[in-house]
Amino acid sequence: MPALEQRVVMKLGPAAPWLIGGEWRAHPGRLVVAVLAIAVGVALGFAVHIVNGAALESFARAVGTVSGAADVQVRSVAPMGVDEGLYPRLARVSGVRAVSPVLELSGRFTAGGGDAGKPGVRLTILGLDGLRAMMVTPGLVGMPMGAMGGGPTGMDGVYLSRAAMSAAGARPGSMMRIVAAGRSHDWRVAGVLAGAGDDAMLAVIDIGEAQWRYGQLGRLQRFDLALDEAAPRGRVLEAVAAMLPAGAEIVRAEDEASRSDSLSRAYRVNLGMLAMVALLTGGFLVFSAQSLSVARRIPQFALLRVLGMSRAALRSQLMVEGAVLGAFGALIGVVAGFGIAAAVLVVLGGDLGGGYFRAGRVPLHFDAGAAAGFAGLGVLVAVLSSWWPAEAAARAQPAVALKAGSEGGDPRQRWPLWPGLVLLGGGGLAAMAPPVLGLPLFGYLAMALLLAGGVAIMPWLARTLVAPLRGLGWPVPVTLALQRLWGAPSAAAVALSGIVASTSLMVAMAVMVDSFRGSVDEWLGQLLPADVYLHVEGADAGGLSRDVQTRLAAIPGVKSVRFVRQMPVKLAPERPAVVLSGQPVKADPAAALPMIGAGLTVPEGVVPVWISEPMAWLEGLEPGDRVVLPIVGEVFVAGIWRDYARQFGAVAMDEADFERLTGDASKTEGAFTLLPGQAAGPVMRAVRDALPVGVREQTIIAEPRVMRVLALAIFDQSFLVTYALEVIAILIGLVGVATAFSAQTLARTREFGMMRHLGVQRGQIGWQLASEGAALGALGGLAGIALGLVMAQVLIHVVNPQSFHWTMETRLPWGLLAGLLVALIVAAAGTAVLAGRRAISGAAVLAVRDDW
Amino acid sequence: MRYEASVNTINLGAQAVAMTPVLEAHGLSKTVGAGRRLFAGLDLVVRPGESVAIMGESGVGKSTLLNLLAGLDVADAGEVRVAGLALTGLDDSLRTALRRDRIGFVFQAFHVLPHLSLGQNVALPLLLKGQAPKPALARAAALLAAVGLGGRDDDFPAVLSGGEMQRVAIARALVHAPMLLLADEPTGNLDPAIAERVLDLLLEQARAQGAALVMVTHSARAAGLLNRVVRLAADGLHPFVLDNAGA
Repeated sequence: MPALEQRVVMKLGPAAPWLIGGEWRAHPGRLVVAVLAIAVGVALGFAVHIVNGAALESFARAVGTVSGAADVQVRSVAPMGVDEGLYPRLARVSGVRAVSPVLELSGRFTAGGGDAGKPGVRLTILGLDGLRAMMVTPGLVGMPMGAMGGGPTGMDGVYLSRAAMSAAGARPGSMMRIVAAGRSHDWRVAGVLAGAGDDAMLAVIDIGEAQWRYGQLGRLQRFDLALDEAAPRGRVLEAVAAMLPAGAEIVRAEDEASRSDSLSRAYRVNLGMLAMVALLTGGFLVFSAQSLSVARRIPQFALLRVLGMSRAALRSQLMVEGAVLGAFGALIGVVAGFGIAAAVLVVLGGDLGGGYFRAGRVPLHFDAGAAAGFAGLGVLVAVLSSWWPAEAAARAQPAVALKAGSEGGDPRQRWPLWPGLVLLGGGGLAAMAPPVLGLPLFGYLAMALLLAGGVAIMPWLARTLVAPLRGLGWPVPVTLALQRLWGAPSAAAVALSGIVASTSLMVAMAVMVDSFRGSVDEWLGQLLPADVYLHVEGADAGGLSRDVQTRLAAIPGVKSVRFVRQMPVKLAPERPAVVLSGQPVKADPAAALPMIGAGLTVPEGVVPVWISEPMAWLEGLEPGDRVVLPIVGEVFVAGIWRDYARQFGAVAMDEADFERLTGDASKTEGAFTLLPGQAAGPVMRAVRDALPVGVREQTIIAEPRVMRVLALAIFDQSFLVTYALEVIAILIGLVGVATAFSAQTLARTREFGMMRHLGVQRGQIGWQLASEGAALGALGGLAGIALGLVMAQVLIHVVNPQSFHWTMETRLPWGLLAGLLVALIVAAAGTAVLAGRRAISGAAVLAVRDDW
Repeated sequence: MRYEASVNTINLGAQAVAMTPVLEAHGLSKTVGAGRRLFAGLDLVVRPGESVAIMGESGVGKSTLLNLLAGLDVADAGEVRVAGLALTGLDDSLRTALRRDRIGFVFQAFHVLPHLSLGQNVALPLLLKGQAPKPALARAAALLAAVGLGGRDDDFPAVLSGGEMQRVAIARALVHAPMLLLADEPTGNLDPAIAERVLDLLLEQARAQGAALVMVTHSARAAGLLNRVVRLAADGLHPFVLDNAGA
């Protein structure tokens, strides 16, 4: 930039506040809308970010509490644990200072030791050797309270974390029943776990007692290790790894963090992106507000240019306008975002309804760095949205702009198509790119490019579509409307860009959610063909025994029962567990599972498994592959089935193979087919009665109808924030449309005044505006829906599979799409007419006399 | 040649400035649209303090000529010099700076910014030159008083009549003491009585500031008040003697 030019930019200073302030004083409504648009985007982004951060922190703390902050852990990959003979061998490894053996079970409790008749509160049960634990994880050792005395070695004593104590309504000395691994036992509350975090639901009991009471003799799930500080950590871990049996693995603190992060990362990123969509829509609003404002002020800018303001100074002034309103919006957004986050944590909890975390109270911290980041993003969006209008203003020829009647330019000028096509093509290419770090970053880029491309071709499209309509002998108001749309494509483009951007984004989201919900509904139908279902909760370490299974199958009215055993198995320490299940599947896989495509014929001498879609995606497996799984060894992938429940994968194997390879014949689920004419109610009661006491409390018995409603309710709950963000994006979009029309109409006061001079009736001008609005609404709505359907395909076939590893079939919410189109046409036409009334309310003489 | 250096050269001495024509145009040609030639071989010299009226039929290119003289448009051939400085050698930003420092404008349609007060409107050129708001507003107040709008600095254009708006525009055109004032039909939107008063004011203020004036007009009466009248035709400018000068 030449030195003089720089000087001129510097000279923006004194005049800028007058010029910017004057414009805002003259049109405060538009300023408020643009500021709010940015504020809403920033608020949503910041709120989602800090809620996620708070929830993750809370979750990590809960994990840290349960693991007791040991240096290193050795864990079994499956809940049935490993042989306790590993303990003395670990203790002998050079560099290991102490080992604390731990029995870790998930279970439920009911206060007062009685049968409450419904599943109790979930908690983690740790069986510890108090003396060993003192040396490794002292935070997990309980403090006796009051006159009770006795430690975990007091045999039937249990120490509770504060949260568990409060949830159970227990006090030292009271009794509580804890159910785990299909068994229950009554314990006496001995004291509180002072070292456990406030949120953790944790119970610590004596290890020997725990093994005995919950049928875990000889088995342990975990060993907490304290290492010698002097010993080289890497070498000690190598020595430990070398002696581990199959089914055990080393877990470091960072693996735990990584696991809890990956559990919900895609969900969080998607929510963040959705918040960004709101910000982007806000950006379009700023763009449309700035464009209209610039279009109206072109003669004023021309005057400034004649008076000696340089192009650069003019450009800077408009960018500064954008930046200042962006800064106001960002400031309001950060404050509002913090408020929204606090409210959301109270109403929806830390996972925003996604079901990923079950931490209790989630503390909220103001993250100054993130606040600055989101505020910066808001300012950036506002500045970028002002760039194009600023460029247009700076490029305008002052002599031409000052000439009366020059506002429209030559309508025969062609509008270029290629920039839009290039952007759309780029979007198509980006959609084909693989995920980055497990996230569909190119998928989002594809969405952004498609959006930009779609908006960029609108002026061309508008002119191409309107051109043949002009000569069809319409009434005068409609002819005038069509002629204006054809002749002023840049003015139409500003209004259209807002409509197309917001419509396409909301259509894309709506189609994706509808497709997802429809696919889940269909999948539930395939998954729940029986009449009554039973599910034992928290039974990772053991469920219904053979005796119970026989008893259940013999209940009168029951034709047959399909029993399933499910257990989590970890393939890698840093990744969430996959679910391994044993069920009758070999005879007819298609009847047992919602298969995708035909399964393979199973060769002789292999163990066949049928893997879920996320599993196939995550492990890169295809039918016909052979793979080694923990516990069961090498298996043959015979087919892939659809699963929307377990994002990190599930493996189904025949129950005979499962029992043979794991030695576990207990079951965690049952699907009852009833005899014809048999009512479900009596059978459900009989099933509950047939269950052992203790297991009963942690068992859900339901009809598929109820389970389906429940599952869809959970689905809707997890999409609650998505729906909310979508509605906000729609509202911002509609406000944008209204603002654009209102501003454009008000800017044409002189035109209407002139037409009134020519003898055009007020009503006819109203009709013209209504026709223009309706035509733009219809055009923008249809183009937005078309673009939205394309973007929905990116969400369905790129973003979702890359984030959550499942696919779905496209379903179109016709009612919503039609309603949206009608709403857009009505909003556009209605706003145009309302603004028009204002524009033609004054005296026609005054309108043409007006200086600008 | 850089604009700064040229201005410094011009400022070497008052005598040198007085000797240099404020405006020179030599051999100007301009074609617009699909090859429609407006004029060719046009010459014009305006000396300091001189006032020149340009007349001609509608569409002959009077406003275009004014734009060429101000550096707002570029001629197909020929040269324009303002205060001895050739516009053809300057890029857009330097022409802009020259306009800001040396030229004042008055338009037929006033072009007063509606959201700025009268004082701010008049002070705007000074602020664009980098002057601080306070002295700029003080100078604007003096100019407003000179054009008969004293004490109305804080009013907004919405409450002004057409004649008053044009007086604001005149004050704005002169506030930065330009050496050249370009006026395009400055009284075209005003009734005859008001037009005459505004024109008197324009000439009086231009003289008081020592600025040369080039004015495009259709009004023979207005043209008759200036030192010299020329008529624009396709082959350039021709001296024009009004039938009834000053009528």
